[in-house]
Amino acid sequence: MNRKNIHSDPKAYQTLADQVSPNSKMAQMLLRSFWVGGVICVLGQGLTDIGRLVLKLPSSAASTFASIVLVFLTALLTGIGIFDKIGQYAGAGSFVPISGFANAMVSPALEFRREGLVLGLAAKLFTIAGPVLVYGIGASVIVGLLYAIIRW
Amino acid sequence: MSNKRIGMQTINLPSKPYIIGNAAIVGKKEGEGPLGEHFDKVIEDEMNGQESFELAEKSLYLEAIDTCLQKAGIQADSIQFLLGGDLLNQIITASYAARDLAVPFIGLYGACSTMSESLGLGSMLVDGGHASHVLCAASSHFCTAERQYRFPLEFGSQRTPTAQWTVTGAGATLISSAPGRHPLARVVQISFGRVVDLGIKDANNMGAAMAPAAADTLCALFRDTKTTAKDYDLILTGDLGKVGHDLLLKLMQEHGMPLDDQHYTDCGLEIFDRESQDMHAGGSGCGCSAAVFNGFYLPLMAQGKYRRLVLMATGALMSPTSSQQGESIPSIAHAIVLETPKEGA
Repeated sequence: MNRKNIHSDPKAYQTLADQVSPNSKMAQMLLRSFWVGGVICVLGQGLTDIGRLVLKLPSSAASTFASIVLVFLTALLTGIGIFDKIGQYAGAGSFVPISGFANAMVSPALEFRREGLVLGLAAKLFTIAGPVLVYGIGASVIVGLLYAIIRW
Repeated sequence: MSNKRIGMQTINLPSKPYIIGNAAIVGKKEGEGPLGEHFDKVIEDEMNGQESFELAEKSLYLEAIDTCLQKAGIQADSIQFLLGGDLLNQIITASYAARDLAVPFIGLYGACSTMSESLGLGSMLVDGGHASHVLCAASSHFCTAERQYRFPLEFGSQRTPTAQWTVTGAGATLISSAPGRHPLARVVQISFGRVVDLGIKDANNMGAAMAPAAADTLCALFRDTKTTAKDYDLILTGDLGKVGHDLLLKLMQEHGMPLDDQHYTDCGLEIFDRESQDMHAGGSGCGCSAAVFNGFYLPLMAQGKYRRLVLMATGALMSPTSSQQGESIPSIAHAIVLETPKEGA
């Protein structure tokens, strides 16, 4: 490699840095997120079935019941400091299901409690979940409008 | 004047100020690492009995200072300057600790290079005859750094393989014009670094961002003092981690001033067992070089096991705002050349 390039040319240095930096272990990460995400979904399905068959709830209420229990469990695991370890292991596997959303709300609430209930907890509550809500709800409105226009 | 400057960037200290006190206080994970037994104290609880992580970091900082003074047998009122800093906004750890200490305070921010920065400036104050006792201290805390720079602690995000782990720890060094009862090392030369930026933007790969700054300062030191890596028993960088360590070796090779792997190491690689402690690229933070240098290497210099050592802590000078605005990471490194106080060693 040209000596002058490495020390003055960001592109050449970026190439060198990429060579030296280890990459994420893709296969291992996919496998881990798949099985953890799968287990969370199986748990959700199990809870829905319990709601429907044991508690005799209508199916929409049964899925709400499953969501509530999963959110509660995640909040509990976040509070006792276990969920971040699951997240480090499973990545998107624990982040994409509703557990990720619950964790994204509870962790800033815990973290910024020390700065007070108003400017700490309340103001920082949506720092991570906020973007998901803004673009998630925004996208659903646009898709809903498109659906209404196409149907009409 | 002329005999106190060598070349473009290097400062010569003819009086060779003495380091007469040292202390390193670290957190639990650091205590479980390979150097655990060498630290003065390991705190088991990351809150250290305080009400917030920020107060915990301040208490570590003060404990390091107290321990340092105690070991050196020096009273706090003989300290003429406290030089130091940390990673938090407005360097609150150092400032609040200085409030409790009530000595003239010069607050410094050099990101993770703060230990070198304060040692360099403190030695100059002593060599210039402006002070006889100067205390230098730096700290970082995993929990305070995470909440300022990254995500809340309990947020379940995944760390990349190049990410480094902010060391919970504080280190303090006492510099004096006289050898005192137990001199540990002498400060001979200092090369203050330039800010270097080769365009790395990934805040999860700070080793890669900082390696060019480390290479720039080290080349300046070698050039100015007409030395090579062979003239030093050890070159110790602050927190380049695995990626930055490997890149510095490559960069120095390219510069035609190769480093010998046997005589070059990084505090970020020493403080943790990267594999068993799952530390990815290694440790980082002001406390990394502060704790490893004060806890492990200074005592070895006192024994004469290292005769000439270069401490070069490196700092990534970005902020969460500059990262979010897509700016690259400017970096800096300051090199301190130390000699053993042992005659004829």
